[in-house]
Amino acid sequence: MSDDKVPTGKGLLQGLGVTLRSMTKRSVTQEYPHVRPELPPRSRGVIALLEENCTSCMLCARECPDWCIYIDSHKETIPARTEGGRERTRNVLDRFAIDYALCMYCGICIEVCPFDALFWSPEFEYAEGDIVEMTHERGRLSEWMRTVPAPPADVPNADPAKELGGGGVERRRRATTDDDGSPA
Amino acid sequence: MTAIEVIAKLLGCLLVFLTLPLLVGQMEHKAMAHMQSRLGPMYAGGFHGWAQLVADGVKFVQKESVVPARADRRVFELAPAVALLPYLFVLITIPVGPGQTAHDLSVGVFFALAVVSVGVIGVLMAGWSSANKYSLLGGLRAGAQLMAYELPLVLAAASVAMAAGTLSLDGIAHAWRWWWLPYQAVGAFVFFTAALAELRRPPFDMPVADSELVFGPFTEYTGIRFALFILAEYAGIVVFSALTAVMFLGGWKGPFLEHQLGWLWLLIKTMALAFIVIWLRVTYPRLREDQLQRFAWVVLVPLALAQVAVTGVVRVVTA
Repeated sequence: MSDDKVPTGKGLLQGLGVTLRSMTKRSVTQEYPHVRPELPPRSRGVIALLEENCTSCMLCARECPDWCIYIDSHKETIPARTEGGRERTRNVLDRFAIDYALCMYCGICIEVCPFDALFWSPEFEYAEGDIVEMTHERGRLSEWMRTVPAPPADVPNADPAKELGGGGVERRRRATTDDDGSPA
Repeated sequence: MTAIEVIAKLLGCLLVFLTLPLLVGQMEHKAMAHMQSRLGPMYAGGFHGWAQLVADGVKFVQKESVVPARADRRVFELAPAVALLPYLFVLITIPVGPGQTAHDLSVGVFFALAVVSVGVIGVLMAGWSSANKYSLLGGLRAGAQLMAYELPLVLAAASVAMAAGTLSLDGIAHAWRWWWLPYQAVGAFVFFTAALAELRRPPFDMPVADSELVFGPFTEYTGIRFALFILAEYAGIVVFSALTAVMFLGGWKGPFLEHQLGWLWLLIKTMALAFIVIWLRVTYPRLREDQLQRFAWVVLVPLALAQVAVTGVVRVVTA
């Protein structure tokens, strides 16, 4: 322990060097209201609704941990296209609202939607003075769709997406037999 | 010296006293900010927040002046003046050019150090009169710290006065030579460090410890009185930087035009030292009270005595 003695004051001088170097580099502060912040891809700001995709399956409302999605819908019948055919039924959305005062931005509703009707948008400037206005109705949620960015580019050297046949390391490790039944 | 000259010199001192601390304060805002990778004031005054301290001054002036009910009223109200005015008096003796001082005293160094010590009483008054036991503790700690660091301060100054053969600040600046830099280096280090402790600047700001103890002896102060204590801190930085520059760095001596530009060389050296004061504040954690006292008595006093001994030997040998 006594062999690795640091000369007295060396740490003090190194400290001075650190602060001086820090002073000469550009500050990392972004002066927010005058400068738009640089947000990372897939930033979660607000949830947008693509109304035409929604079938009111209620999965998002059910899975939301906060119960902040309010959905009202009714069934309409569509007359048969051919004679003697069956009438089709269709869900029509009456109300789709998300209460952002309750929303915890977990993203479960977007993950679980089977019809890709919900999307993340990086917009975050929707603070209100009255908590009632923190509930966004259908019209406002559809307007947020204009701000949804294109999906970010794939990471280089990443496994392809599951729907394109990507295996993933876990799947390869868990496989104990080859496709023809012999041990891996 | 005519009355006009006297008044002009005093007004000049007052002007310096009111503007240089603000400059140092603004430098602290910006330098400290950039050292911490942020920007500092940007809005006050439009261009990079140059008017921030002006805005602060206006803010302090319009605040309510509160004196705690159980406080010793007279002492409480007088404490900021007692802490602030000594620095103005010392400014009068600092030479800004060869023979250019507001009033040069033949005992300049002695006067400067003695008057600056009166500022300690202001801190003690503030702590004692506040009717707050934490202010009292802060004030007493400040008093102990200041008394401990007086000795190395005086010894280092004595060494320079011995080397110059005079106590007059202008005389010391005249007598300064470039090889005094290594010769008095230890004394400079001791004087500057002791000055930092006298000013209660980090890393010696245990009495104040402004992220821990509210504000030590100044806790109960609001508005303009509080602003005067803060002004006293920055005025102290200016005065001690100027004293260090005059005694250890040659004061108004410079590469050329010392008669006309002596004030400029002094200003550059003072501002450089003020920057170092700010740099030390940003870099170092604060010393605990016992570490602080130990540092004064076990490190600074022996170093100062050694410097005095070396100076004495050199003077005797070269006489």
